[in-house]
Amino acid sequence: MTDTTSSASANRPEGAERLSEDRRDAMRGEPPFVEAPSEDTRLVRSLKEAAITAALVAVLTVFFFAFSTDIAVGGLSLTGNVSLWLKWIAVAFVARFLLSYFVFGGERPSIGGWKKVAAATAKLRLGKIVGVVLLLVAFTLPFLLSTFLPSQNRYLLDLAILILTYVMLGWGLNIVVGLAGLLDLGYVAFYAVGAYSFALLATNFDLGFWVCLPMAGLFAAMWGIVLGFPVLRLRGDYLAIVTLAFGEIIRVVLLNWYDFTGGPNGILGIPKPTLFGLEFSRGEGSFSDFFGLEYSSIQRFVFLYYIILALALLTNFVTMRMRKLPVGRAWEALREDEIACRSLGINTVNVKLTAFATGAMFGGFAGSFFATRQGFISPESFTFIESAIILAIVVLGGLGSQLGVVIASVVMIGGIELLRNLTGLQAIFGAGFDPTQYRMLIFGLAMVVIMVWKPRGLVSTRSPSAVYKEKKTIGADLVAQGEGH
Amino acid sequence: MEYFLQQLINGVTLGSIYGLIAIGYTMVYGIIGMINFAHGEIFMIGSFIALTVFLALAAIGITFLPLVILLMLIVAMLCTAAWGWTIERIAYRPLRGSFRLAPLITAIGMSIFLQNFVQVTQGARVKPLPPQIQGGITLMDSPSGIVVQISWIQIIIIAMTIVLMTAFSLIISKTSLGRQQRACEQDRKMASLLGVNVDRTISLTFVMGAALAAVAGMMFLLYYGVIDFYIGFIAGVKAFTAAVLGGIGSLPGAMLGGLAIGLIETFWSGYFSVEYKDVAAFSILAIVLIFMPSGLLGRPEVEKV
Repeated sequence: MTDTTSSASANRPEGAERLSEDRRDAMRGEPPFVEAPSEDTRLVRSLKEAAITAALVAVLTVFFFAFSTDIAVGGLSLTGNVSLWLKWIAVAFVARFLLSYFVFGGERPSIGGWKKVAAATAKLRLGKIVGVVLLLVAFTLPFLLSTFLPSQNRYLLDLAILILTYVMLGWGLNIVVGLAGLLDLGYVAFYAVGAYSFALLATNFDLGFWVCLPMAGLFAAMWGIVLGFPVLRLRGDYLAIVTLAFGEIIRVVLLNWYDFTGGPNGILGIPKPTLFGLEFSRGEGSFSDFFGLEYSSIQRFVFLYYIILALALLTNFVTMRMRKLPVGRAWEALREDEIACRSLGINTVNVKLTAFATGAMFGGFAGSFFATRQGFISPESFTFIESAIILAIVVLGGLGSQLGVVIASVVMIGGIELLRNLTGLQAIFGAGFDPTQYRMLIFGLAMVVIMVWKPRGLVSTRSPSAVYKEKKTIGADLVAQGEGH
Repeated sequence: MEYFLQQLINGVTLGSIYGLIAIGYTMVYGIIGMINFAHGEIFMIGSFIALTVFLALAAIGITFLPLVILLMLIVAMLCTAAWGWTIERIAYRPLRGSFRLAPLITAIGMSIFLQNFVQVTQGARVKPLPPQIQGGITLMDSPSGIVVQISWIQIIIIAMTIVLMTAFSLIISKTSLGRQQRACEQDRKMASLLGVNVDRTISLTFVMGAALAAVAGMMFLLYYGVIDFYIGFIAGVKAFTAAVLGGIGSLPGAMLGGLAIGLIETFWSGYFSVEYKDVAAFSILAIVLIFMPSGLLGRPEVEKV
């Protein structure tokens, strides 16, 4: 008997002693194997993470900072800037250390969704107030600028026109992506169709801006249907890639069809818009002559500004009214659940095509405005990057949110332009520093950062189109993104 | 006939390059169901790293060509794989499980960032590299003066593609990593419940795709001899077309699709017009997606309610 017990204790599995010790500790009330996280380990861990990050940055950038290629006489030469490389490694180390130690170090609080619900009604009012204020600023901007910043007047007005163009394009694309849930990466095609239709009509048939504008919109809408028809069956990413392909096809055709579009040389001498036949130029029969004002080139900019403001507001107005029409309701229903739509007898073909056509029409309007503002267009202006910027504005602002598009346009387009003027940074990075070079680099990075920070866009609430009893906003998470995902 | 044969050889070479890039797309799409828009840029970065390594080796006096090519290949694969891993970690992993448009936008943002990063650090001008591997085997010497030739570099590209394809097929079908990848592709949640480290598997998928794209980038550099920071976009879209044509998620499909796109593009430029070769590739993409969404070798997608 005694033998068996002793052999049993000898045959005890490994760690059994430890287990019994743990049990004893537990009886005494001490938690097994739990060490309190001390400051020391946190420091060590942060240092470790920082070292790994620095090593990674070193590997990633060694062939771009430390060594790089340059074109020299008779081929390529190797240049490089090892000190720049080391500087970046140091920056990565310090940044990661600070992040690890102070930001990621603590335990992450769990974030509940209840705050959003509580603040929803307040946000609705806030959104309205912001909208009204923005509208007032937009209407009075030329006067504000000429009063307060007369020296920068022309430049800022030009920037405002650019931002409004993107706002309008964003609102146009929002119909397709935000409301109908059809992911379109080739929106620039319709922008190009609008610009080229106006330019060709105006230069070949001697027509003015106001006659061509609706025609350009019609052409673009027609192209929206033509390109929309084959992709009706596609969903999600596939739809995105095919629309991208269509956008590129249109650009390549514009680039190579010399006798019709002028190829890479583009179209020159596109007429400027007139106000009821009054031109914005010097001399007899001009705007300044008719109203007895002194001629100034800024008048034309103010006029262009009000045209694009009116066009953009038209887009917004039509979108808002469309949401209340059966077809608009059908767009949103399609975004939420396509199969349910079909079962309930909605003709998804028509609904999708109207979304494509409406979105394309506004793209066409924006395109003809672009053509008349520039006076010159070429396929260069209609690359994929343009589509990506417009889609980024819509998604970053918050899919389906009209105010979000405005905010994202101001932040992204205005931010890029602001960067152009940051010559003060030369003091930090040396005289050779050219901020304009880094424009798109920072744009790309900003897209990543904003999306990671707020995947649902900057405006995180949406207003439902159908309401029961009282008007409320809902969280963006409650809105589907379409295409059956 | 001779002209046709020559075009066939050129098409197969181009198709091999597209096929290698397409594998990256198809693996990532298979496993997390997103288009990795930055993959074309990874290919571009791979070719830039290869070029820089080449110049650096020349500067320290290593000119023995096989060694140079081997070193270029290894360094480019490692560094580009690090880029692939970093991009996944920064731009895609935080958004996993978030709504599906978000990673698409970060991918586009990453693509813009990488293009401009290379433009800023390596310059915007086209980089020419004189041909390093010259000569080849003359297959046919007709009296009409058209010579059918397969050059050494074409042989290297095709051979390397075959080797890499075989190796990766074996990894996917035989190793535990490949099993984990296939498990994640079928059902990510179930795989994680069964003890597969999903994050690690996805990261490794990106690393593998990036390494293959680096090989493609290096071969592109050696074959064409000119690169710039913009080559990634068009190559990326065409490789994606190849992946879709072959059936997304399928490795042999990606290779087959790559060959098909390479041949179509070469024959289109050879017999019709060079200007519209991109239109041909894009039209194929649209036609395939519309009429045959599951591709040549893919499984049809079942719509579940």
